[in-house]
Amino acid sequence: MATSEVVHAHAAPQGFIRKYIFSLDHKVIGIQYFFLALTAVWVGMILSLFMRIHLIWPDANLPLIGHIQPEAYLSLLTMHGTIMVFFVLTTAPQGGFGNYFLPIQIGAPDMAFPVLNMLSFWTTFVALVVMLASFFVAGGAPLHGWTGYPPLSAVQSTGPGEGLGADLWITSIAIFCAASLMGALNFITTTLDLRAKGMTLMRMPLTVWSWFITAILGLLAFGVLLSAGILLLMDRNLGTSFFLPTIVVNGQLLGHKGGSPLLWQHLFWFFGHPEVYIAILPGMGVASQVLSTFARKPIFGYRAMVYAMLAIGFLGFMVWGHHMFMSGMSPYSAFAFSLLTMAIGVPSAIKTFNWLGTIYKSRVRFFTPMLFAIGFVSLFVSGGLSGPFLAQPTLDIPLHDTYFVVGHFHLIMGVAAIFGIFAATYYWFPKMFGRMMSEPMGKIHFWITFIGTYAIFMPMHYLGMAGHPRRYSQLTELAYLHPLIPVQRFMTYAAFITIAAQLIFVFNLFWSMFKGAQASDNPWDATTLEWTTATPPPHDNFGGHTPVVHNGPYEYGVPGAARDFVMQTDPPIGASH
Amino acid sequence: MGLALLAVVWLITFVSTYFFIWHPWWLPVGASAAAAGIDHQFTFTYIVMGIVFVLAQCSLGLFVWMYRERKSSPPADYSHGNTTMEVVWTMLTAVLFVGMNLMGSKIWAAERFEPASASAIPVEVTGMQFAWYFRYAGPDGKFGVTTPKLMDPSSGSEAAIGLDTNDPAAKDDVVTGTMMLPVNRQVDLTLRAVDVIHSFFVPNMRFKQDAVPGLAIHMHFTPTQIGDYEIACAELCGLGHYKMHGMLKVVSQEDFDKWLGAREAEKQ
Repeated sequence: MATSEVVHAHAAPQGFIRKYIFSLDHKVIGIQYFFLALTAVWVGMILSLFMRIHLIWPDANLPLIGHIQPEAYLSLLTMHGTIMVFFVLTTAPQGGFGNYFLPIQIGAPDMAFPVLNMLSFWTTFVALVVMLASFFVAGGAPLHGWTGYPPLSAVQSTGPGEGLGADLWITSIAIFCAASLMGALNFITTTLDLRAKGMTLMRMPLTVWSWFITAILGLLAFGVLLSAGILLLMDRNLGTSFFLPTIVVNGQLLGHKGGSPLLWQHLFWFFGHPEVYIAILPGMGVASQVLSTFARKPIFGYRAMVYAMLAIGFLGFMVWGHHMFMSGMSPYSAFAFSLLTMAIGVPSAIKTFNWLGTIYKSRVRFFTPMLFAIGFVSLFVSGGLSGPFLAQPTLDIPLHDTYFVVGHFHLIMGVAAIFGIFAATYYWFPKMFGRMMSEPMGKIHFWITFIGTYAIFMPMHYLGMAGHPRRYSQLTELAYLHPLIPVQRFMTYAAFITIAAQLIFVFNLFWSMFKGAQASDNPWDATTLEWTTATPPPHDNFGGHTPVVHNGPYEYGVPGAARDFVMQTDPPIGASH
Repeated sequence: MGLALLAVVWLITFVSTYFFIWHPWWLPVGASAAAAGIDHQFTFTYIVMGIVFVLAQCSLGLFVWMYRERKSSPPADYSHGNTTMEVVWTMLTAVLFVGMNLMGSKIWAAERFEPASASAIPVEVTGMQFAWYFRYAGPDGKFGVTTPKLMDPSSGSEAAIGLDTNDPAAKDDVVTGTMMLPVNRQVDLTLRAVDVIHSFFVPNMRFKQDAVPGLAIHMHFTPTQIGDYEIACAELCGLGHYKMHGMLKVVSQEDFDKWLGAREAEKQ
């Protein structure tokens, strides 16, 4: 434990700037990440609303942006995807809640490298500023989609937005990768080195496991994307030909030759598929934690849950080719990628069974975090079950690059992950801000969001089956799309209602920060270490002492115990009396 | 609250399933030799996944209602899991998923491992922002040379794909904006792209393949029903992506020969 004492040699800062802006405290940095993601999610959501409006009222004049041109639609789509994936789904669960609660849940006074932690946040902040700047340069934001396939993304003349906007987009992602690498190193080191006495690996809460595994994925994946981004910038600006064969754009023969557009796809998806798990694994951790807490029952199959996450993380690096079945990649390799992808279904199914097993014969308390955790399981099932369709190359022939895919990944890595974030927010808000969030507002928010997201994303599967290609800004050109327009209209209405409901969440968040009921140290009768300390936790987390852990993380309903739960720091179960 | 969750989860499940069963929106009519196999695999996957979907969602709804906390409810079961059950459902899902995968791979192999038959009609498909061009080799059965230097999309057709008219093999090449194919005869496709990646998507043919700059990708399919079928671009290719469509007309061999003959005559 010598390490942790050295780490926490820094005393609590007094000045406003060192306390709230350039803070070294993981809790402040966690909150900074949370608010960065909250800002980003509103930007991303408004962009998606503009897209949905444009799809069904192509001639509408919108506030701020006026009439949306087809190319502007593609910019909206690109920025929506990029902002959501990087600055929301990667940032909030890991940078936000992971930063705040990983050290506390393992009984550490801070992250292993507090300065690196601060640097990681501010680098992410710079990345977001650079990303948003691409809206305001000549030509606007890029239109190449969040996957940025070259040559579209590698040549200025392929379309508006592919000039400075695209350079800023790639630069922002490269900066983001650097920030994520710093964060990943910190999370891994902290988990391995700073655990309190008695906090063995198999006593770590599943949230800690999920952040730890996510950090490992991040460390291996972001480096690859960073390199790919640099190569793409070189192709764009230095005349190299990593991704560019001889091509003719708008009648102009370009000087590149010999490069491979597929190389980018391999590099991108080598990052991109693990990224899916980076987004969803923390949600799995939170869902497990919250389900167990509010079901008042130990998590079903703790070890199986840990092994399943490890298996998902491991297999996640060997399946990137399933994004490329139609790309011109060797059809033989499709066979291997497909088999490995199907294999990921197995640990995913284990997780689902175990969540159901946790609720079985439990005593469910319906607080808002629990509702979102139940919603997470439902959405995870719905989004997960379209996976085995897309994992089969045969079925990708009709389904690849259609709305079926859009529906699939929005349910599973979009909305399910967001439900994980909501569950985490309602669950940990009392610890973070010392007050309870309003339950009635939380419940209204849950019901509208739960039904609303299904109404938006389930119909996408029907569109995809009918052959509706994704990323189409207008639906009038192909005759077979005309009968599908009413479905699109329904989805837009659902989006209006669902997005409006998020105002309730934001109001609840800020209102509760100042007016919510005072929270006790352990308002949910939970067992993990964050509930043993003060609310909100002091600068060094445990007020000068280091907790000693005697029990597993999910000891609820213990027969013979004084209360219906035994905290991790309580005397060992069975050893007492 | 438990009852409300039960009701809503079940309602969402049944409404979703209703649309999947009633299918007002479904795969477009299949009009190629591969369609039946692909559709069969799709339907099979869909029934299996549908059953799992209904079972999982219904148990979720049922459990949260049955095991809601009440004064009268028994204490929660103090159980950390059940290894036997873990092993059973791991094996079951593994067998199910891997089995499903192996079933589908036969169709994939037929579509993509085997080359086109010798009697197939060669057609070259070229994608560019934002049009598809189709080239027929003519009586000599050979495609003439195309070079990037000669590509001029604004002039359309032959000039667009950069056909070198000095090449003798190019003399009888026919380049069109509409794809014409004889029914019940395999087509041997060569897919190219001149600028960015496009994807040649013909929903009714159950055919999709990216056209990638720098690659000539060989694929084949066999139309089995006479009719007009829309061609879409399925890979984001720029601002006109949504309007990069074409038309595939499947006609009798006789009509096809007549049409190609007329186009050859026009060239002379």
